[in-house]
Amino acid sequence: MTIEEKQKKLIEEFEQYTDWEERYKHLIELGRELSQMPEELKIDKYKLDGCQSQVWIKAELKDGKIYFEADSDAAIVKGLVALLLKVYSGHTPDEILSNPPEFLKQIGIDKHLSPTRKNGLAAMMKQIQMYAVAFKTLTAKK
Amino acid sequence: MQKTDKLVKKEFNVEEVRNDFPILKRLVNDKPLVYLDNAATTQKPQNVIDALTNYYTYDNANIHRGLYFLSELATEQYENARLKVKEFINAISASEIIFVRGTTEAINLVASSLCRSKYFSEGDEVVISNMEHHSNIVPWQLIRDRKKINLKVIPINDAGELDLEAFESMITDKTRLVSVVHISNALGTINPIKKITEIAHSRNIPVLVDGAQAMSHLKVDVQELDADFYVFSGHKVFGPTGIGVLYGKTEFLEMMPPYQGGGDMIRTVTFEKTTFENIPKKFEAGTPNIAGGIGLGAAIDYVNQFDRTELSNYEDMLLKYATERLSEIEGLKIIGNASEKASVISFVIDGIHPYDIGTIIDTDGIAIRTGHHCTQPIMKRFGVPATARASFAFYNTKEEIDKLYAGLLKVKKIFE
Repeated sequence: MTIEEKQKKLIEEFEQYTDWEERYKHLIELGRELSQMPEELKIDKYKLDGCQSQVWIKAELKDGKIYFEADSDAAIVKGLVALLLKVYSGHTPDEILSNPPEFLKQIGIDKHLSPTRKNGLAAMMKQIQMYAVAFKTLTAKK
Repeated sequence: MQKTDKLVKKEFNVEEVRNDFPILKRLVNDKPLVYLDNAATTQKPQNVIDALTNYYTYDNANIHRGLYFLSELATEQYENARLKVKEFINAISASEIIFVRGTTEAINLVASSLCRSKYFSEGDEVVISNMEHHSNIVPWQLIRDRKKINLKVIPINDAGELDLEAFESMITDKTRLVSVVHISNALGTINPIKKITEIAHSRNIPVLVDGAQAMSHLKVDVQELDADFYVFSGHKVFGPTGIGVLYGKTEFLEMMPPYQGGGDMIRTVTFEKTTFENIPKKFEAGTPNIAGGIGLGAAIDYVNQFDRTELSNYEDMLLKYATERLSEIEGLKIIGNASEKASVISFVIDGIHPYDIGTIIDTDGIAIRTGHHCTQPIMKRFGVPATARASFAFYNTKEEIDKLYAGLLKVKKIFE
């Protein structure tokens, strides 16, 4: 699936839920489904600054594609990062960089969980994009 | 605002009081706002809003400069606000009241000015406590590094109270200042300031008191407390943001060099030498927050209508009720159980991050604070990364606490 297709699928998934409680529950569920990040990886190197909760994101390049691992100690934040990983993990740096997270607006995340809310959504997205830039530069050099 | 006779206080009625605060009528996420973050900032009564609007609409001019009508009027109002503050905290003289931006600037002013003077020598000590806000830690660390002095920290017990015996035993001949918080923003603990000043003064050590949280909850009398410095922010006592107060005993303010240089704080300026104004002007360089000062004066008028004991009793009732209700919730633990406590409740719920608690109850229009509350050493002391905190003002109600309770049950349900 392309990033665009994945985004569309998530929009449809969230459309089923009409009230906020249900949406939060689904978001938390997505976080729970996220595969466990090993404790030894929860180190400062992968930790994001500027969030009210702790967030870690690690990335790895395999066959030209980036695979992310992430975790947070807050369930909603973990759900948010799971949402981003669902969309962006397993794609090339170029694909990641050319697809901004427009879908967040359409699933209504921006209203209640806007990037200004210190939940780190903006920081998490920026980190994902920075990994993409870094791996892109790295592969270009080779 | 009508002037009220000092002796005849208005009877406290929460519904009437709520009508004075227009923001309390607004909706958030289609639900009535339940504002429980008063330790971060308090809401503003209509008379404060009116004072700001009137000032900018009719009276705006720069102060201490013009001899024309408006400048005189603005000066009079601003200086009148200083008098109100003086009365409010029972300072000896209005010249002991320095207007600043807020508590943080007040502490930085004292730290910077003492640092610039010969007050501290290498090896001297400043004593703070484990429950200080970052604004009463970092300014001292900045001068510690410049002056090579030491910072000592009064420990706290599991209830969140200062260990006064430890405090007494940590004072040495090198101790030059004690700087402690009156009421902890994260724990609600009301510290025994009078005892602290007695202990410190018996060794000739001055005491700075961070009164940011105390002003809205207690009647503060700086002479009775015998504080050498007392600092607070206007916005935490129903006034505007950007205005605060540094009270200092005259002997210290006279001794201290200016904090910032500029207009209004000088007597004569030549390129060779400048002479400074007397206090308080010596510490008020530049055009001050005139509207803010006037707004703070209006906030003091507002609070002064009431018998402070009646307000405190009402807040104590809210605290007691909230403590009982919240304690009914399984897995909820209150952080900070001091015997003397203001209406602030910090809590954690097993297995649920405070961030998640705050986010979910916000959808019901309930505003609480989550995080480390700018008191990371307290979080470390109690072994939690963050807490959720509900803090009450006298315009809050038992019904709002019931809504908080219901909101927390909803959070629990979502995370089951």
